[in-house]
Amino acid sequence: MQKLMLGTALGLGVMAGGAYAEGTTACLITKTDTNPFFVKMKEGASAKAAEMGITLNTYAGKIDGDVETQVAAVESCIAAGAKGILITPSDSRALAPVVGKAREAGALVIALDTPFEPADVADATFATDNFLAGELIGKWAAAKMGDTSTAKIALLDLNASEISVDYLRDNGFLQGFGVDIKDPKDIGDEDDPRIVGNDVTNGNEEGGRTAMENLLQKDSGVNVVYTINEPAAAGAYEALKAVGLESQALIVSVDGGCPGVQNVKEGVIGATSMQFPLLMASKGIEAISAFAADGTKPQNTEGLDFFNTGVELVTDQPIEGIPSITSEEALQKCWG
Amino acid sequence: MTDTSQPPRKGQDFEQVLDKSDTRVASFETRAKSPVERLQHLLHGNPTLVPVIVLLVSIAAFGVIAGGKFFSAFNLTLIMQQVSIIGILAAAQTLIILTAGIDLSVAAIMVLMAVIAGNLAVYSGVPSGIALLIAFAGGAGAGLMNGFLVTKIKLPPFISTLGTWSIFYALNLWLSGAQSIRSQDIDANAPLLKLFGETIAIGSARLTYGSLLMVLIFLVLWYMLNKTAWGRHVYAVGDDKDAAELAGIRTDRTLLSVYALSGLICAIAAWASIGRVGSISPQAFYDGNLQSITAVVIGGISLFGGRGSILGALFGALIVGVFQSGLRLAGVDVLWQVFAIGWLIILAVAIDQWIRKVSA
Repeated sequence: MQKLMLGTALGLGVMAGGAYAEGTTACLITKTDTNPFFVKMKEGASAKAAEMGITLNTYAGKIDGDVETQVAAVESCIAAGAKGILITPSDSRALAPVVGKAREAGALVIALDTPFEPADVADATFATDNFLAGELIGKWAAAKMGDTSTAKIALLDLNASEISVDYLRDNGFLQGFGVDIKDPKDIGDEDDPRIVGNDVTNGNEEGGRTAMENLLQKDSGVNVVYTINEPAAAGAYEALKAVGLESQALIVSVDGGCPGVQNVKEGVIGATSMQFPLLMASKGIEAISAFAADGTKPQNTEGLDFFNTGVELVTDQPIEGIPSITSEEALQKCWG
Repeated sequence: MTDTSQPPRKGQDFEQVLDKSDTRVASFETRAKSPVERLQHLLHGNPTLVPVIVLLVSIAAFGVIAGGKFFSAFNLTLIMQQVSIIGILAAAQTLIILTAGIDLSVAAIMVLMAVIAGNLAVYSGVPSGIALLIAFAGGAGAGLMNGFLVTKIKLPPFISTLGTWSIFYALNLWLSGAQSIRSQDIDANAPLLKLFGETIAIGSARLTYGSLLMVLIFLVLWYMLNKTAWGRHVYAVGDDKDAAELAGIRTDRTLLSVYALSGLICAIAAWASIGRVGSISPQAFYDGNLQSITAVVIGGISLFGGRGSILGALFGALIVGVFQSGLRLAGVDVLWQVFAIGWLIILAVAIDQWIRKVSA
């Protein structure tokens, strides 16, 4: 309530500048406020909101998958009369009803990072093209190897629930590498003999190490390692190093967090696809501002059912024909 | 004068039939014990026997199912490495559970202490040894805080540690900024932190210092629990706190020492975890508390306190590791591994209940 009143006061203050900005309130609801990815997203949104004179209320779930807290947050935003809600849904389906209520109440709802299922539950989705992110590192790894017939691929995924980010990156990588992916929404249904196996990492170092050890047990000749994110990649590297095989395998990853980019620089990770959480959030705030002014809604990127906030390949071993930036340049743009 | 020739006195008429009656003082009906009952007795007397049997049978079974890749010295020692951190946490957890408590904060204490040691040694230039000592003190202090809440404020252990779990987790995220400390930075600034990642190779077996540390911690605690007065007090407090108090045991002091020791072991686990994982990850081991309880329960230690051997928790942790490794190498999907561990827990507690019903 205090925030709301402060927002009104600020709104009155800038009335001379533009009457539409008066009392415009926006919400940002992230999965957690611990993951550096969401921390960066919040920073981006807060900075942009301050610049545009929008009052921003932020909410976050306690852990990834905490649907109840997010539902309550959306309800608070409706009650606060927010003009727009930016949300990274913890569950692509479970939040649909409450998001519907928010839209009925006149709010613009934009999904950030994680799309709803179906995507048109929200007015728009601002996200990384995770399939493309996977495809880029897949192409890079294939080109780096040259002859891919001797490849032995280890796939380190997220967890047993196979959420969209997980299968999009995994299948994108395999497609880029030149593997027949069968069902693009299923992980592990491929029958290419070059695949050693899949295992889950929970996206952290400990899980990455254990998963890599398990797959090395299946086949110690693993020479290409796909990882869901850079912490998992760091764990995989430790497992390879422990048995002296770190130079035998190419590790590729997705994210673009600063420690991950640093690991590209030091040769731990061969290449990673960088995403831009800050941009997702600031574009989101701009869209809410435009919607509050004259009701225009953001458009999707052509050919996709979301607005692509971009992805860039980061590697210090560039390959002709695959655009990339160096780790030095990436350190300027990385998040977290 | 006594007439000795008098015949021995007979009972009155109605008593005379007693001569023919059974002259034994007392007796119990006996019958041959069935093999099942004998097994029940044997298991009751040797609580670690169940997990040892399950461990050996599962190793043999997966040796057949998953073949030589599973049943190799390399893989079996790898399983030891993989369970070493949860194993050490299970040792700390056992101490609490033996006192009829439960500790939901073990993994949170561990991760917090790893982050503290890492921040001090890697970023603030504190010598590694001192950083570790600070972490040990912090671990013991965190345990004492749990113990204080349980003994002085009289909160149930479940509630105390449910609260401190969140508190320690939040402090961890605050101190670390939810950001991992990279392996390469630890190597450069504080290699001592990774001591327990060092490996001893014997043939194809790869024993890490961390695996050995786990076994050592269990042996030391086994000695303390079984051969010292303190250890017997722990069992007595767990079995019946009021009776222990009446027997002259200072129960609160015993409980405080148990919680402090458990916290210290979590801090030692923190050191070992840095060696195991390579980096210091504030997000890892989020459900380590539940995994440690799983190991303790599968190890045949009673959640009602006062019963079970700490070595059971070691076997419990190894059983979980063997199942995970075996099922993975057999190509079983992850969700079925979770499924199998769930049944193991239920089976273990069901067996425990059955053993407790042992009849004379």
